[in-house]
Amino acid sequence: MSNLKNRKIKNSIFKSLVVIFALASAVPLLIILFFITKEGISSLNLNFLFSLPKPVGETGGGIANAIVGTFILIIIATVISVPTGIAIGIFLNEYKKHKLSYYTRLCVNILQGTPSIVIGMIAYLWIVKQIGSFSAFSGGIALSIMMLPVIITSTEETLKLLPYSLKESAYALGIPYYATILKVVLPAGINGILTGVMLSVARVAGETAPLLFTAFGSPFMNLDIMKPVSSLPHVIFTYATSPYNEFHSLAWGASFVLIAFVLIMNISAKMISKRWKVKF
Amino acid sequence: MRNLILVITIFTLLISSIVFNGCGKGDKDKSAKEILGAGATFPYPLYSKMFDAYGKEKGVKVNYQSVGSGAGIQQLTSKTVDFGASDAFMSDEEMSKAPAKVVHIPICLGAVTVVYNLEGITTLKLSPDVLSDIFLGKIKKWDDEKIKSINPDAKLPGKEINVVHRSDGSGTSFIFTDYLSKVNEGWKSSVGTGKSVNWPVGLGAKGNEGVGGLVKQTPASIGYVELIYALQNNMPMASLKNKKGNFIAPTLKSTNAAANVSLPEDTRVSLTNSDADEGYPIVSFTWILLYQEQKYENKSEEKARELLKLLSWMAHEGQQYAEPLSYAILSTEAVKKADAILKSVTYAGKPLL
Amino acid sequence: MNALTLDNTILKVKGKAFSYRKKLNKFGVFDFLFKNFLGLSAISFIILLIGIFLTLLIQSIPSIEVFGINFYTKSVWDPVQSQFGSLPFLAGTVITSFLALLITIPFSLAVSLFLGEYFSKGFLSNLMKNCIELLGGIPSVIYGFWGLFFLVPIMRAFESSIGVPPLGIGISTTSLLLFVMIIPYSASIGREVISLVPSNLKEAALALGATKYEVVRSVILPYAKSGIFAGILLALGRALGETMAVTMVIGNRNLLPDSIFGPANTMASLIANEFTEATGDVYLSSLIQIGLLLFIVTTVINIVGKQIIKRFGKD
Repeated sequence: MSNLKNRKIKNSIFKSLVVIFALASAVPLLIILFFITKEGISSLNLNFLFSLPKPVGETGGGIANAIVGTFILIIIATVISVPTGIAIGIFLNEYKKHKLSYYTRLCVNILQGTPSIVIGMIAYLWIVKQIGSFSAFSGGIALSIMMLPVIITSTEETLKLLPYSLKESAYALGIPYYATILKVVLPAGINGILTGVMLSVARVAGETAPLLFTAFGSPFMNLDIMKPVSSLPHVIFTYATSPYNEFHSLAWGASFVLIAFVLIMNISAKMISKRWKVKF
Repeated sequence: MRNLILVITIFTLLISSIVFNGCGKGDKDKSAKEILGAGATFPYPLYSKMFDAYGKEKGVKVNYQSVGSGAGIQQLTSKTVDFGASDAFMSDEEMSKAPAKVVHIPICLGAVTVVYNLEGITTLKLSPDVLSDIFLGKIKKWDDEKIKSINPDAKLPGKEINVVHRSDGSGTSFIFTDYLSKVNEGWKSSVGTGKSVNWPVGLGAKGNEGVGGLVKQTPASIGYVELIYALQNNMPMASLKNKKGNFIAPTLKSTNAAANVSLPEDTRVSLTNSDADEGYPIVSFTWILLYQEQKYENKSEEKARELLKLLSWMAHEGQQYAEPLSYAILSTEAVKKADAILKSVTYAGKPLL
Repeated sequence: MNALTLDNTILKVKGKAFSYRKKLNKFGVFDFLFKNFLGLSAISFIILLIGIFLTLLIQSIPSIEVFGINFYTKSVWDPVQSQFGSLPFLAGTVITSFLALLITIPFSLAVSLFLGEYFSKGFLSNLMKNCIELLGGIPSVIYGFWGLFFLVPIMRAFESSIGVPPLGIGISTTSLLLFVMIIPYSASIGREVISLVPSNLKEAALALGATKYEVVRSVILPYAKSGIFAGILLALGRALGETMAVTMVIGNRNLLPDSIFGPANTMASLIANEFTEATGDVYLSSLIQIGLLLFIVTTVINIVGKQIIKRFGKD
C-alpha cells in the first residue's frame, strides 16, 4: 500500500531531521571548546598564571590578578547569598501555601529573568554612589543578587523531595523545630543545596556586565575588598576588543581558564548530586 | 562528609579573613599609596607605562581604567575616582555643573590619525572636505572622484567605505569633530563637536582600542585613533592637508610643530587646524582633571599630596616616556603653566606643594 | 584518665549543655527566633525586588518628565543636544531577539524531541543532555569573544559573496550568536514537557497504527505545545537581556537599523557602553529608563512563561 509506504518515508525523514538538527545544536559547543583550547593553551604557562599585566603593547603580561579577583568576588557573593538563599528556600518549603511564599516565589522568578546589566546599574546606584568609590564589595553584592534565585530554587526543590517522615521522627524524639531544620533536614538535603551553590557560582563567575560599573577593574593584585578589582571576564572583554595581538593571546588564555573553571564546577555539581544522594 | 564541610567552612573563613583584612586599621596609610583614576583611552599607552614606572620607583600604585574621556569626567564629577583624564577639556557648562572647581593639568600632546584598511594601499592623502564628506556619508565609495583626484596614483577599489567611530564618550572624538567643525561648515551645522555625537554613518567601537581593532579587522574601513595605536599595530595612516595646504603625515615632528600655540592660564585650548607650515592638523593636549580643593569625602591630606606628587612627576620626569611612544612632550611654557596650576591645588585652603 | 572516663566526661558535658539549651528553649525562644528569621529573609527578598523596581522608576523620572511618551517613538539619540529617543534600541533589541528565536525554534524543537522522545535514555541521550547544558553554562563574554573571531570572519566572507558590505558585525551575526546562546533555555523546558506527555496517549495512537512521526505530530506536539511555547518565551526573555556577547558583535550604531546585515544597537548593549560616562541628569536618567523598560519587558515575559508552565503542569 503506497499510503503506508508514504507514511513510513515521512516517518524516517522526520526522525533524521530531528537527529540532524539536534546534533547540529551540539556542534557549536564543540567548535567553541576546540577554538578556545587551541588558542588558549598556547598562552598558558606559569608566567601567564602568576604575573600581573604589563603596560600596553608590551609582551609577557599575565592574569594573576584577574584570577584572584574572580575568586574574591565569588567568595563575597557566596558569603552573602548562600545563607540568605538557603533560609529563603527553607521558608518556601516550610510554608508552601502561605501568601508570603506566593509573592516570594514570584519575586524569585522575576529576579531570575532580570538582565545582569540592570542588576549592575542597581549595584552602582545603591552602593558605588553611596560609598563614593568602585570596589570589589559592590561587585560581590551585584553577583550575590544574581546567585540568589538559583540557590533559593535548588534549596526549595531539594527539601521538597525529602519525605515528611524525616521531620516527623525528629519531632517524635523531642527535637525542637529549629534544630530539626538545621540538624536533620538540611544535612539530608545538603547535596542538592551544594549543587545549587556550585551551579550559581559557575554562572556568576562568567558575568561581566554587572562588574563594568562596580568592580571597575585594576592592573594590580588587590586583596582589599573596598577597592576596585580585576576579574577574568573583565580582562577577556577588555583584551578581546583591543587591537593588540598580545592582548588577544591573553584573552584566549583567560577564556580557557574561565571555561575550565565553569566546566569543572558544572561537572562537580552533577557528580555531587549523583553520588551523595541520600537514600530513604 | 561532615568533616569535609568543616574543612570547607574553615577554609572559607580563612580566605575571608585575609580578604576582609584589607578594610580597617591599615587603611589610612595603605590607601594613600593607591590612587584611582579613569578616563581617556587616547593617552592610555603612555599612562600605563608612566604608572608602571612610577609604581616601581615610588611604590605608589596607580589604578587607571581607560574607559573614555566622557566616563572620566563623569566619574570625577561623581567623586568616585581621585582624578579624571580627558583629551576634551571641560566646557564652561560642564565645569559649572561640577560640585567644585576642576583644574586641568596638561600632560602631553598627541595626534589623532586617520587609519584605514585597504589592501595594497600604503599611502593615502585626504583633504578636509573629503574627510568630512566620508564621515558624513556623502562620499560612499573608495573610488569616488573626489578621493581619486587627490590620489591619482592609488589603485582605489570600488568598495564601499566602512566608517568606524567611537561608541563611547570620547575625547578623541571631541578632538576629531572639533577639527571637522572648524574645516567644514556642513559638519559643523549637522553634527557638531562633542565627545559623543550623532554620527551620520558608521560602526561604533569602544575606546581607541576598539576602533583600532575594528579597522584592523574590517576591510575597506576607515577610522580615527591616537598615533601610538596606529604605530603599534602597523596600520597605515592618511596624510591630511593642513591649513597651509601641505599634506602632512602624522608624526612626532608634525605633532610638535602644531603645538606652537600660546596657552591660556588654565591651559584649556584647542590645537586643531594648526597654522604651522608643517603642523599636523589634528593635534591636542590631553589633560588630567582634579578638584582644586582636595579636601572632600574623607580624603586624607596624605593622599592628596601623593596625587599632586604623581602629577608633578608626570609633567617633569615622566615626560621621558612620551617620545618613545610618539607622544609629544610639553613645551617649557606648558610645564610652567602646569606647575602653576599644581601649586594652586589646596587641601582645606592650604596649598599642598 | 582512660578512654572510658574521657567518654563519660564528654557525655556529661554534652548532656549539661543540651539541658541548658533545652531550658532556654522551654518557651520556644529559639524556634520563635528561627521562624521569624526565615520569614524576615523572605520579606527582605521581596523588599529587594521592590527596591530594584522603585529605584529604576524613581531615577527615570527626570527623563520621563522631559520626554514623556516621545521617548519611545523618537529615533534620535544625541547626547550633545540632550535629545534621547529609544526607538533605535527597541528596534535593534526586538529584531535581533526575534530573529534569533526564529532560527532557534526548529533546533530547540529537534533537541527537545530528541531528548524527550526519541532518545530519552541511554548514552547518546546523556551526551546530548550534557552538551546542551554546558552550552548554557558558557559565559556571555566568551561567546562574544568567539563570535568576534570566528563568526564575524565567516559572516564577512558570506556578505562579500552576496554583494553586501562585508562588515561581519551587525544584526545577522548577533542573531546567530544569540541563537546559539538560547538553545539550552528553550530546549530544556521543551524536553521536560515532551517527556511528561502521558504514555497512554502515545500508546493509544501507536496501537491505532500511527508511525512515530504521526504520534509526534498529532499527540505529543499538541499536548506539549503550551510548554514548548513557554520555553521559547523564556528563551526570548534571555535573548532580550543579553549584553556582553551582543555589544561585541553588533556594531554599536545608535541609529535605526537599515539592513539585516548592517550594524545596530540594543538596549542592554547601549547601557553597557554609555552608563559610566553619562554626564548630566537627563542622560543618566534616559539610560536608566531604558533599563527600566528592559526590566519590565523581561519580567512580563518571565511571568507569562512561568504561568503557562504551571498551567501545563496542573493539566
